[in-house]
Amino acid sequence: MQETHSSTLRSPLLSRSARDRFVTGTAGGIAERLRVDPTVIRLGFVLLTLAGGVGLLLYGLSFVVSPEPEPETASPQVPRHMRTVATGAIVLGSLLVLRDLGLWFGDPIVVPAAVAVLGSSILGVRPDAAGRHWTRRLGSVIGVARAVVGFGLVGVGMVWLVAAAGPFAISFGSIVLAAAVAAALSLGVGPFVVRALRQTADERRERIRSEERAAVAAHLHDSVLQTLALIQRSESSPEIATLARRQERELRSWLYGRRIGLSHGRLGEALEAMADRVEEHHPVSVDVVAVGDCAMDDRLLTMVEACGEAVLNAARHSGDSSVSVFVEVGPDLVEAFVRDRGRGFSPEDVGEDRHGIAHSIRDRIERAGGKTAISSARGTGTEVHLWIPRGSA
Amino acid sequence: MDPPRLRVKRIRVFLVDDHLLFLSGVQAELGREFEVVGAASDVVDAIEGIRTTRPDVTLLDVHMPEGGGAAVLEAVTATHPDIRFLALSVSDAPEDVITVIRAGARGYVTKTIAPDDLAEAVQRVHEGDAVFSPRLAGFVLDAFATDPRVGADPELDLLTSREREVLRLIARGYAYREVARRLHLSVKTVETHVSAVLRKLQLSNRHELTRWATDRRLV
Repeated sequence: MQETHSSTLRSPLLSRSARDRFVTGTAGGIAERLRVDPTVIRLGFVLLTLAGGVGLLLYGLSFVVSPEPEPETASPQVPRHMRTVATGAIVLGSLLVLRDLGLWFGDPIVVPAAVAVLGSSILGVRPDAAGRHWTRRLGSVIGVARAVVGFGLVGVGMVWLVAAAGPFAISFGSIVLAAAVAAALSLGVGPFVVRALRQTADERRERIRSEERAAVAAHLHDSVLQTLALIQRSESSPEIATLARRQERELRSWLYGRRIGLSHGRLGEALEAMADRVEEHHPVSVDVVAVGDCAMDDRLLTMVEACGEAVLNAARHSGDSSVSVFVEVGPDLVEAFVRDRGRGFSPEDVGEDRHGIAHSIRDRIERAGGKTAISSARGTGTEVHLWIPRGSA
Repeated sequence: MDPPRLRVKRIRVFLVDDHLLFLSGVQAELGREFEVVGAASDVVDAIEGIRTTRPDVTLLDVHMPEGGGAAVLEAVTATHPDIRFLALSVSDAPEDVITVIRAGARGYVTKTIAPDDLAEAVQRVHEGDAVFSPRLAGFVLDAFATDPRVGADPELDLLTSREREVLRLIARGYAYREVARRLHLSVKTVETHVSAVLRKLQLSNRHELTRWATDRRLV
């Protein structure tokens, strides 16, 4: 996904409209510039077209001189079928003007050709990406109807054309028209073919990439990750075990395409990043289990930071070699549990320093509208339970 | 800690791992408590060896050339359905987990598991129970989180609220007996719940299971 940022400083005399467009946004652009209703402009074009085709010429000129708006905002709001009708109207208008001007091959040739082109364009119409989910269900029925109507019109047009052109079969006009019909057909079917080809190519590239990655992953599972696991199991020094664990985590996050960072991306990624940071400086393993996932926001950042505090706390004071973090994303609540099986503490022997830590967790969470509960007993470990409401605030 | 160390009849264990150093390490660890009847480092040898030695429990590496652990599982359970499998892997990728569990493994642990915990897991699998790591519990909760489609079998496609509670505690890092204490249940009842969940995981055909796993595969 690339984001383009349009500069509002550059303002050409005339620009096509991104928001208000039937065909090219030209009329909409003029309307925006002159601050009038775009319907007035469109009617103006139609009337001027009737006056000897001037409107059509003006429209063409305006289209050529006005630049296309930035793609960021180019999201046509006019429904597809309206655009189709508008385009059809313009083509029909142009044909009528040409006929009026005498630039014409004669009705017996142009009318069947137009019918064939119409059929071809019906064949070429495809549901767009957004409409796919519902058209898929109706797809078979509509698809068949479209094919029947489209091919029917093309057939009728061709037969009609041949019949009309029959007497003077090798005339210049009929050759041009045959070429035109062929062009129309390729215009109708062409985009479909191009898109299908491009899609297959994309899919193939994507498949090759993921196969390559899977092959690398399989290899790493068989070699490097095994060795790292072995080092962690052996009775080597804690520093070496920590190093192995960190390497394993880094490798794994690369393999599974996780991005590292606290404040952006998904909650699961942020939790993994938090675990990384603690493991980097303390000889503990932090096991994160997340059920459900969601995009990060300020509140969740607070929560991840509070979890990080709780994990650090466990790493420093519990004496346990592993800390479990469990986070569950509910419909309106995110809950987290940070647990160790270390020495624990009882409330009466909490020193001043521990107070400070409890405050730092509790205050943060409460400021984000959540709650904290800490349960601990000597000898059984400590569990910190945090929960905050979801949603913006 | 109360893993049953003194047993009259030692559990017979077979090891399958293509990483030889790892294999010998585990062999040494488990040899203190179990009778290691054989070991293999590739799929063909493993199938052959397991069929001749008929162990109680097979410790199975998930990642191996020529089909991996799942291939061994399928071949052996076809002829010897009474041999139980515990999957052991360096990966906790959902796709791997779901594949071996659905192929019939009764548990899944990662290779960084502490030796005592591994021994306990082997013991548990031998007794016919399921071994759920916190991550596997989290996985099941996640995969069974949504409502199943219409026409789903509630026996297989839904977790009971009790099962959910048990899984949640396991995901929080509680051992079975800690779960039992906390929910005022016997350890046996907790084991029954976990076994029921394992059965659902193996038999449910809710599409979320596959989708859940493939959504989280390598990209």
